[in-house]
Amino acid sequence: MFRLDGKVALVTGASGGIGREIARALHAQGAVVVLSGTRQAVLEDVAASIGAEGGADRLHVCPADLSDAAAADALVASAEEKAGAPLAILVNNAGLTRDTLAIRMKDEDWSRVLDVDLAAPFRLCRAALKGMLRRRAGRIVNIASVVGVTGNAGQANYAAAKAGMIGMGKSLAQEAGSRGVTVNTVAPGFVQTAMTDVLPDAQKEKLVGSIPLGRMGQAADIAPAVVYLASDEAGWVTGATIHVNGGMAMV
Amino acid sequence: MSEIADKVKKIVVEHLGVDESKVTPDASFIDDLGADSLDTVELVMAFEEAFSVEIPEDAAEKITTVKDAIDYIEKQKAA
Repeated sequence: MFRLDGKVALVTGASGGIGREIARALHAQGAVVVLSGTRQAVLEDVAASIGAEGGADRLHVCPADLSDAAAADALVASAEEKAGAPLAILVNNAGLTRDTLAIRMKDEDWSRVLDVDLAAPFRLCRAALKGMLRRRAGRIVNIASVVGVTGNAGQANYAAAKAGMIGMGKSLAQEAGSRGVTVNTVAPGFVQTAMTDVLPDAQKEKLVGSIPLGRMGQAADIAPAVVYLASDEAGWVTGATIHVNGGMAMV
Repeated sequence: MSEIADKVKKIVVEHLGVDESKVTPDASFIDDLGADSLDTVELVMAFEEAFSVEIPEDAAEKITTVKDAIDYIEKQKAA
């Protein structure tokens, strides 16, 4: 089940903790994976690490700065060119944070997060959908966050972007459904990555205390949900949000 | 038939997978040619690309038949 042999998948933010695990998991299922991120050298390291277990010819790197609208617009086409085949799976995983309490939040903090975490995924979805609708096939999986549903002090920008992503996904799912194209969301909870490593220990302990399954998530906890939604077997699932958060928020 | 009309017809046939004989000037994309709303948007985008014209949303809404499309594009091209 859940084989993705020969399908071209684009994963943004593939140099990040969750992104690289998603890329690894899709690749393990047989997909041709295009890794995108801002740093070419890091992407090449990730590709080398995934390819070391075999199937290196099914890995491509395609750097892009998603804060640049034109670069986001062009990414799907350049990924298809690298892979030599049309895109079957788009995973919008790239994201960044600029955490601070709202009363201290600068316009720049707001707009940068909204640009990279919401506008760029929209641009990528738009570009991908054009081909997917024509081909009557495609899978889009957007990586949101539990805070898009629960909110989080200090993350008004990030939570707004992630909530926006969920609403966008549901809308796109309705638009694309008649063509067999699905659009779904995975909302990770508190996962151990570079993004959460910077949190103070006291805050981490408190967060873990609020997780019924009693531990922080690992990137490898998230990737299987993406594999499922990308698979043929998930063909009757669209507009859904899968929460993978150790039970921290049961929504 | 004009070159534009020929090309419009060809795009409609290709996109909607309908028989060429059905693509008459008065044929409505939705009522006669089995298009859904997404098809009509995709058709407009195909016209835009093929003829290098921009068809704004309010104009696109009024393009419901083959003739509507031909007339609109001919007008744009003449301007």
